[in-house]
Amino acid sequence: MDTREKDIEKLKDYKYGFTTDIENIKAPKGLNEDVIKFISNIKKEPKWMLDFRLKAYERLKLLKEPDWQKPKYPKIDYQDLYYYSAPKSMKDKPKSLDELDPKLLETYKKLGIPLQEQARLNGIAVDAVFDSVSVATTFKGELTKHGIIFCSMSEAIQKHPDLVKKYLGTVIPVTDHFFATLNSAVFTDGSFVYIPKGVKCPMELSTYFRINASETGQFERTLIIADKGSYVSYLEGCTAPMRDENQLHAANVELIALDDAEIKYSTVQNWYPGDENGKGGIYNFVTKRGLCKGKNSKISWTQVETGSAITWKYPSCILKGDNSIGEFYSIAITNNHQKADTGTKMIHLGKNTKSKIISKGISAGFSDMTYRGLVDINSKAKNSSNYTQCDSLLMGNKCGAHTVPYIKNKNFDSNIAHEATTSKISEEQLHYCQQRGLNPEEAVGLIVNGFCKEVLQQLPMEFAVEAQKLVGISLEGSVG
Amino acid sequence: MNEQLQSDFDKLVKTSKFSNEEINFKKNFLNNFIKKGFPNRKQEDWKFLDISQIIKKNISDLSYFNDYSQSNKIDPSIFVDGLEHNKIIFINGRIEKIDFNFEDQNKIEIIDETKKEISFDYENSLIDLNSAFTDKVFKILIKKDYSLKKPLIIYHSTNDKIKSTNINLRLDFELGENSCLKLIDYFANNTTKNFINIFYNFNLKKNSILKNYKIDKFINNNLKYSFNNIEQDNNSVSETFILSAGSDYFKNEINCNLNGEYSSAFINGIFSLKENQQHEIRTTINHLVENTKSYQLIKSVLGKNSKSAYQGRIFVNSKAQKTDGYQLSKAILLDETSEFNAKPELEIYADDVKCSHGSASGSLDENSIFYLMSRGLNYQQSKELLINGFLMDVVEKITDVEIKNLITNIIGLKQ
Repeated sequence: MDTREKDIEKLKDYKYGFTTDIENIKAPKGLNEDVIKFISNIKKEPKWMLDFRLKAYERLKLLKEPDWQKPKYPKIDYQDLYYYSAPKSMKDKPKSLDELDPKLLETYKKLGIPLQEQARLNGIAVDAVFDSVSVATTFKGELTKHGIIFCSMSEAIQKHPDLVKKYLGTVIPVTDHFFATLNSAVFTDGSFVYIPKGVKCPMELSTYFRINASETGQFERTLIIADKGSYVSYLEGCTAPMRDENQLHAANVELIALDDAEIKYSTVQNWYPGDENGKGGIYNFVTKRGLCKGKNSKISWTQVETGSAITWKYPSCILKGDNSIGEFYSIAITNNHQKADTGTKMIHLGKNTKSKIISKGISAGFSDMTYRGLVDINSKAKNSSNYTQCDSLLMGNKCGAHTVPYIKNKNFDSNIAHEATTSKISEEQLHYCQQRGLNPEEAVGLIVNGFCKEVLQQLPMEFAVEAQKLVGISLEGSVG
Repeated sequence: MNEQLQSDFDKLVKTSKFSNEEINFKKNFLNNFIKKGFPNRKQEDWKFLDISQIIKKNISDLSYFNDYSQSNKIDPSIFVDGLEHNKIIFINGRIEKIDFNFEDQNKIEIIDETKKEISFDYENSLIDLNSAFTDKVFKILIKKDYSLKKPLIIYHSTNDKIKSTNINLRLDFELGENSCLKLIDYFANNTTKNFINIFYNFNLKKNSILKNYKIDKFINNNLKYSFNNIEQDNNSVSETFILSAGSDYFKNEINCNLNGEYSSAFINGIFSLKENQQHEIRTTINHLVENTKSYQLIKSVLGKNSKSAYQGRIFVNSKAQKTDGYQLSKAILLDETSEFNAKPELEIYADDVKCSHGSASGSLDENSIFYLMSRGLNYQQSKELLINGFLMDVVEKITDVEIKNLITNIIGLKQ
């Protein structure tokens, strides 16, 4: 087999594994004040933003990398990374899609995300993030009509500094844990969403993250603010090329829901997981946190985690407003040598707050999966309730499935219920399906989809179909 | 603290009859403890209740020296009535009496094991403390095919002659093939503000049965820590029941290794806590071979300012197919100041297993209270009846009828 054929062979397993040959502008390697100033400078940021970054960097120097997680990884040399990488053609911002580098358009087309508005059948507005910068945001005109702001973070800092200043870092402060603080210091781009009072966002908003350059860490920052009585559904998708090295992805996502607002945040994470021997892949160390600030607000996280060499994240809800609701739906699938330590935190502070956690973990091959969650009902959170269900499915005896819930109830008016089970696909179920003409792989796919159904139902239509396919692909080769 | 440890240890050596070898052995443990110090909340296992803080707050600095050369007077009023039993009596950390009057003396052997190494890996510094300051260590060996006719009650008592604020006890048990032992730990403290550190080692051979009941019922101001290490061979059964109610602080830790096929472990516990009490149960069940089973049921009733924690861990080795593991913890919070913490953990590496856990906590169900009151009970009676039923569920799991009745009476439950 010549190299080309080999490449094609490889691509069959992970179809997003190609690289785009494009000229880059990079910050000098390493992490120091100069690099932070470089990033801030190239993005023409105001002084308060640079101060924010430097404050985070000062704090970062005092922090130690956490090491309590289940999947261990070789030490990351933070001085050996590029913290900024952008396609050269983005230096002078193109004004419209027509001016965008055709290579970039091609890349997104290949990924199945056409950026031309007319090419899209369904009304989903997309913000495409390529390495460190946002390259395009679609459907802007339509959204502006409703007063919705949907743009890249850099643009928001320039055009809506008041909003950014008011909310950035209020949910994930610069003094948070190591990776969140690292992000606060060096974040490059991301999406910014503001939904004005009483507006129901007419279409799904979506961000598509792509890591292309090598030896680069991706640090994006997303901030979503839903003002009183508004509603938004937001989707996030991610892919990366196949490389032998491990790449770091440390994003921060902050959600703020004011009175009566609702935010629905869905993720289909399909970073490159490494090859079948566990070489390469993305380290996905993301901090996601939502604040239900106002009364009757609601934040709902839905995630389908199939990619990454190591996934380590806990999308959380702080239920501060009275009667607020937090939800977390998750499917995490690990195969080969992938590792995941994921779950959620539900922190009940307000009265009558409710939270629901449904987590489904599937591990196959040599992989290792941990659900870790915290439910904390504060003494003032009267009449609150939580329901947690986490189920794990094991395929083979080389993999592991673990459940580590922390349950703290400090309020006697509140109820917490937690259930967890671990099992395998039973012979009877397989037999039943095969008897009706399915081959073993189809049978497993069907059973797994049934197992995940509760979560898949929560995804918006287009995503659900994709996610369902992804679930099938991720488990290919794990049967028999 | 370290000078205190060192000087108390020197006093212990001076007054005791330990051999040189034994002293050196103990010295190692002392040095380990000095190096590690008391466990604190930075360690995952001590996250919910930090013993170093609790000791500091309740006792401030501990003193460790007990004179094991002088005997204490046995107070017969502490003995359990209405149940014929064998006795081991600890007073102030000293074994005063070992009495197997109801048994065939040839079938029970008592062996001095002071010099024996601890057979498993541990990080817990309290085991070091225990090994450094405990009196002679004895192993009680139940020979093959012998079932004790009567239960054995171990009386843990302290009196005002006590000189230190720390007591360490240790006993080892070996149950030969087809043997059976019913063991009751009975706490009767007449002193306040001591830290009592108990360490048991059980070795269960094929087909043997161990039933261990720990009864801490009478209100006292002591802090207690108890660690049980249980090794189980093929087909053996261990049953542990914990009534955690009397002390200011009580942490029961159980580490159970299911080394033999078809072995099983059962752990049932009740927390019944009042003002300012802080209790914890932490269990680790290691399923290491095929076809093993474990079952855990823990219930809490929490009064004003009290706090209970349950950390249960089920570990399933990749060889341990066909494991059946179950954990359930439930809590009723009676006051707005009570707090319940749980961390039911599953760590599983085998695919053909059935493991589940559940946890629920909340207040008493108002509808049930309404139901009972509409049938003529007053509020207090309804509440008591519901709590009674809630706890009775755990007591019902006790397999020995005589002991079940005893414990029902001690708790004051109605059947």
